[in-house]
Amino acid sequence: MAYISKRNRKKEKDKQTAANNRRELIAAGFKRRDLLKMGLLTSAGMLIPKKGLSAHPLNTRGSFDDDQPNSPPTTPFQELMPRLPVLAPVASLTPAPTAAPNTAAGEARTVAHQAFAQFPPQRFYEMSQQAGLVNMALPNELPAQTIWGFNGITPGPLIVERYGNLGSPQNGSVLLRLRNNLPANNGGFGLPSVTTHLHNGHTPLESDGFPCFFMERGQFYDHHYPNVYAGINSTHPGTGDIKEAMHSLWYHDHRIDHTAENTYKGLAGTYILFNEFDTGNENTGFRLPSFGDGQNPLTSFDIYMVFNDKVFDNQTGLLKFDLFNTDGILGDKFLVNGKINPVLHVSPRRYRFRWLNTGPSRFYQLFVLGPNNSTKSFWQISTDGNLLERPVQVNSSRFSVAERVDVIVDFTNDAGKTFFLENRLEQQDGRGPTGDVLGAGQGDKILKIVVDGPVVPDNSVNPATIPAGTYFYGFPNTNDAPRITRTFRFERGNGQWQVNGRLVGGCEDAPRFRIKRNTVEKWVFQNNSGGWQHPIHMHFEEFQTLSVNGNPPSSTGLITRGRKDVFRLEHNMETTVYFRFRDFVGRIPLHCHNVVHEDHAMMVLGQIDDVGDNRTQP
Amino acid sequence: MTDLKRRSLVAALGAAPLAVPLLTHAQELGLNNKFKQISSRERIRQRYFPNLVLTDQNGRKLKFYDDLVKDKIVIFNMFYAQCEGICTPITRNLVRLQKVLGDRVGKDIFMYSFTLKPKEDTPAALKHYAHMHKVKPGWLFLTGSPDDMETLRRKLGYVDPDPEVDKDRSNHIGVLKYGNEPLERWGGCPGMQSPDWIAKTLSWVDWPKDMAKAKGNGGAK
Repeated sequence: MAYISKRNRKKEKDKQTAANNRRELIAAGFKRRDLLKMGLLTSAGMLIPKKGLSAHPLNTRGSFDDDQPNSPPTTPFQELMPRLPVLAPVASLTPAPTAAPNTAAGEARTVAHQAFAQFPPQRFYEMSQQAGLVNMALPNELPAQTIWGFNGITPGPLIVERYGNLGSPQNGSVLLRLRNNLPANNGGFGLPSVTTHLHNGHTPLESDGFPCFFMERGQFYDHHYPNVYAGINSTHPGTGDIKEAMHSLWYHDHRIDHTAENTYKGLAGTYILFNEFDTGNENTGFRLPSFGDGQNPLTSFDIYMVFNDKVFDNQTGLLKFDLFNTDGILGDKFLVNGKINPVLHVSPRRYRFRWLNTGPSRFYQLFVLGPNNSTKSFWQISTDGNLLERPVQVNSSRFSVAERVDVIVDFTNDAGKTFFLENRLEQQDGRGPTGDVLGAGQGDKILKIVVDGPVVPDNSVNPATIPAGTYFYGFPNTNDAPRITRTFRFERGNGQWQVNGRLVGGCEDAPRFRIKRNTVEKWVFQNNSGGWQHPIHMHFEEFQTLSVNGNPPSSTGLITRGRKDVFRLEHNMETTVYFRFRDFVGRIPLHCHNVVHEDHAMMVLGQIDDVGDNRTQP
Repeated sequence: MTDLKRRSLVAALGAAPLAVPLLTHAQELGLNNKFKQISSRERIRQRYFPNLVLTDQNGRKLKFYDDLVKDKIVIFNMFYAQCEGICTPITRNLVRLQKVLGDRVGKDIFMYSFTLKPKEDTPAALKHYAHMHKVKPGWLFLTGSPDDMETLRRKLGYVDPDPEVDKDRSNHIGVLKYGNEPLERWGGCPGMQSPDWIAKTLSWVDWPKDMAKAKGNGGAK
């Protein structure tokens, strides 16, 4: 008998088992296509194992890589989960920021700041996109990785800012200067040409990080973030609508056609906005767990967690990006704040966790797994950084790429216990999750949480004791008549993404839709595919969901009621959402935030101006 | 129009070894027993560019990596001559693209159309197709053994994860992939985008000025 390696024997056996299973199912009356539709069969013809997520990365052949199926092994739960470093403001910038683009000094911006005089920047930040060398696993398990990060780290520094008080909104205004100091040499993937989106700030659009407003190496770009509530120059002059407050944001590369590789390479970071209600201090306002200095475990109980999944080359141990994949890329290593499967030590008290999924293509449904496969409930307080009406007790939260979920987890009575954040949403390829949620302990344990910290005071609100009714801001009304209802149908043709049957145009094409400033629009998102799911993202404004497949959005289980900027457009789904476009004008994209789909033209470029158009199917 | 047309050609061919990973730390820790020190450019070659022997419309035998990809800016698409759907409009669009790119096509920029039906697309059929569309030099129509063409299709990501959809060849025709091999910059775009815009997207993987040495006529053999 020919020599068969151990791995091949195992593979052969798996194939046999799969074939047997398939025959059984086919005998039971299922067609291959049914199984695919049900997500029970992979394209390679393997039955999807019911145990574990089996997160083998798909290669460009749409099948498991025959020679090197997996990242090299790493031992989970060895290293501490980093707390994200807070970016310090600088006293001044040289050259001084100007309203008009400072082209002579090397600024890449082409549009003048539209709200510079109204909201003069009060604080200044400066960062550069640059290469850095980081360890994502123990240094004896994987080599140090060359990443591209803001200030050379990934995730980038955490920016902590505050809205101005309602009487003095200009106090929130900041200016961030970004310098492109990336090398020409990319080490295998990445384009050293960048634009940075503040997701999802109510930001004048020349500062928003429009995909076509990119800068080259050696250039800089000034982003003016007034940090004002929507409505400031329209429905709620001088103050903005407090119900439009946003608290958990993030910034990331948005380079047209090259966002997936650039964010995968590390160009993403987080941004928090506090105000006089969500104060960062558990003794004031809504009394949410204190942020402290963001570092000291004895005083900092508000923790941003950035999730992403990656693949490492089995031969070199280095980060690997599937260059020719157009479907979506899955990793088999799960990182939190830049480390593979880290550990977080907490005290027996309440914590606010801010969960963000930076992709590239995976959807998560996180559970808090306790001893003996128990599932610990927690409180979801926001969707995409926007507070709900009140905390909602849930067993899990689902979030696709770019979505944020703020939760309160109460470890008060858990001293000595160990928990895991577990992703139980089954996903086999970049097209989206199968829809199956695995059983407790059957998913991927991403983060270990050990409740062995010292007992510390907890003055944060206990969500279980909040009386009935609205606790946070409540939602804006959705009663104003829309100026127009537009439909966006997302589909695939000739292996290429299309919206309403058309390909994305280039940056220089006329806008596909023109929104009239300070009007309301209803948008219908349609996905006619049973095979693909898409996190659909609109910049600049949050929407409210009016209906999903003709039904009112549910407020139980998966939260769909809140203000959001990403809609998870699942299989064969149609949804209607409500937008108010206020205050600022400029170029704006609507796109899929599966960044691989996004880079393959799943995007429509439009603009907000004072004219608008009447295209109902842009 | 874009830089690509105007700029005198500059190239960084044979530039300093690109992207040698930093392994000094790794060596201290004994990681070099576990991992190989292979440049990212070499790993890309190993993963995506098998050195298969292909035949162009003039009957020339060419090695995929050595002769067609190495040291070049390349544009890939998939097609077949008898395709009645989207192939013809895309080919026409690429003819316009070739005009926009001008005399750089065939010097340091090369266009490659790979057949999805190698059994019927003989070199003679490809030559007829190229002639019919008034294709100029520097744009090759390539065929090979069915197995090799299938390998190439999969390596270059012209696949659909749903095997039923994958069987329909028209699902592999809409996308252009492009890149600069020594620079390790790769991307994709719809084949029906305007030729000016495609040329613009190609300029993003063009030789950067600060890496470049004037090379006259680029990396063409």
